[in-house]
Amino acid sequence: MKYILMMNTPGKGPYQVANWPKEDFQAHIAFMMSFSKKLGESGELVGAEGLAGPDQARLVRAGKDGKPVTDGVFPEAKEFLAGYWIVDVESPERAYEIAAEASAAPGPGGAPLNMAIEVRQVMSGPPKDLL
Amino acid sequence: MTSQSLDVQTEHLLRDLAPQVLGALLRRFRDFGAAEDAVQEALIAAATQWPREGVPANPHGWLIQVASRRIADHVRSEAARRRREEIVVSLVPPEQQIAMEEKDDTLVLLFMCCHPALSTPSAIALTLRAVGGLRTSEIAAAFLVPEATMAQRISRAKQSIKASGVPFQMPTPEERAQRLGAVLHVLYLIFNEGYTASSGPELNRNDLSSEAIRLTRAVHRILPDDGEVAGLLALMLLTDARRAARTGPAGELIPLDEQDRSRWDRRAIAEGVALVTAALSRGSIGEYQLQAAIAAVHDEAARVEETDWPQILALYGVLMRMSGNPMVRLNHAIAAAMVDGPAAGLELLEALDADERLAGHHRLDAVRAHLLERAGDREGAIAHFRKAAGRTTSLPERNYLLLQAARLSG
Repeated sequence: MKYILMMNTPGKGPYQVANWPKEDFQAHIAFMMSFSKKLGESGELVGAEGLAGPDQARLVRAGKDGKPVTDGVFPEAKEFLAGYWIVDVESPERAYEIAAEASAAPGPGGAPLNMAIEVRQVMSGPPKDLL
Repeated sequence: MTSQSLDVQTEHLLRDLAPQVLGALLRRFRDFGAAEDAVQEALIAAATQWPREGVPANPHGWLIQVASRRIADHVRSEAARRRREEIVVSLVPPEQQIAMEEKDDTLVLLFMCCHPALSTPSAIALTLRAVGGLRTSEIAAAFLVPEATMAQRISRAKQSIKASGVPFQMPTPEERAQRLGAVLHVLYLIFNEGYTASSGPELNRNDLSSEAIRLTRAVHRILPDDGEVAGLLALMLLTDARRAARTGPAGELIPLDEQDRSRWDRRAIAEGVALVTAALSRGSIGEYQLQAAIAAVHDEAARVEETDWPQILALYGVLMRMSGNPMVRLNHAIAAAMVDGPAAGLELLEALDADERLAGHHRLDAVRAHLLERAGDREGAIAHFRKAAGRTTSLPERNYLLLQAARLSG
């Protein structure tokens, strides 16, 4: 079963990497890299992406003529998606375990961030007997 | 994957043979799409069978035979009834077969795959498959997209070729220079994709860079006197020579001035320098040759302090007159700062603020940050490093820029 693990970071919360001391940010990068590598090696990683900063995010809707109407930028957004992992695991418990590990990524002073990771199951294709 | 059991040598042999086999098939069948599919199937068959049964005595003939049989199978197949008529009609009578040297096949195929009728991503994908002999799964992996997406992109590209009626033949002499420019641009983009990885966490996707070098080498063998082909090959070699020094153990980006130069590939540098020197001494001049010359000046400095910045500044001056690219002006400003001090560079950047193509581009912020730091404006440098970090879409680059800001804040 597949799960998406979303790292939502509050706009003014603890994940202000731009303000961290150099060594702490380096430790954080090293953690994230080895975390992804480990998931890849265990065969559970389906995909992971980090998203570019929210300062250029736009909300898009179709206008009357079907052409895009864009809204934004929202520099003061309360919360934004910083990145996600998609994992293929045996059980929801295993997905929670992985999410907890990501949540404990080191922050300033090396202390675990304990940030909230939203875990949601990814829908699958039709069951075999319906094909 | 079965292909993993192919040794590197055989893998290269397959890739070298791919355009030759496709060329041979196209001499007999007009249908580029069907011929290209058949060659792809033959390559997959080779990758599956050769590790088990050994490389045949005549690999070229083996591939042609298998690919031809695949086309025949398609013709016979009931499911492909509609296509049968197309293919039978597309059989070229011998007297009309284009008389062409086989060595030109690679070049003609490149002209086709990089035709201006195609979008750039399509041209890149099709070039890698039809000329590079890469399998769809390999191209998909290199661009980090699902195989089905890449297969679809390639199939659309072939439809565009068919719709535009591009024939399998050399462009006319009048068209040739412009069309060669398009080919070199696609090869340049493939190299850059491998070198800088426009998305994703991995900084180097080496395979694409090596593939671009291999294909450019092939073009250089066919057109040894073309200065820009030699220039592009030299530029790739001189840039690729720094690959090992460009990233740290955790995959972090190491800028040119902090690289361990003992890890640069001396052989690649020597080859690149010889190529660009020979091209320039023939009196030809072009953008790739100038960029290669600049890369050569960097590569020839054993220590960063020994970099001949006045020469680099002069070369950027010439390049600026040839190219309207704002990135060239940005690099010119860096060189000016190295020769005449940061204030001179910052002044040139102000003129670039008005250029719409650079507005909001992280490189402009990053360069300004570096120059502000050298000018002693720490706060300004921190602010611009952070601004650049918020704008780049490369993860390693974002991390590098944030670390620069953190270093100055600490």
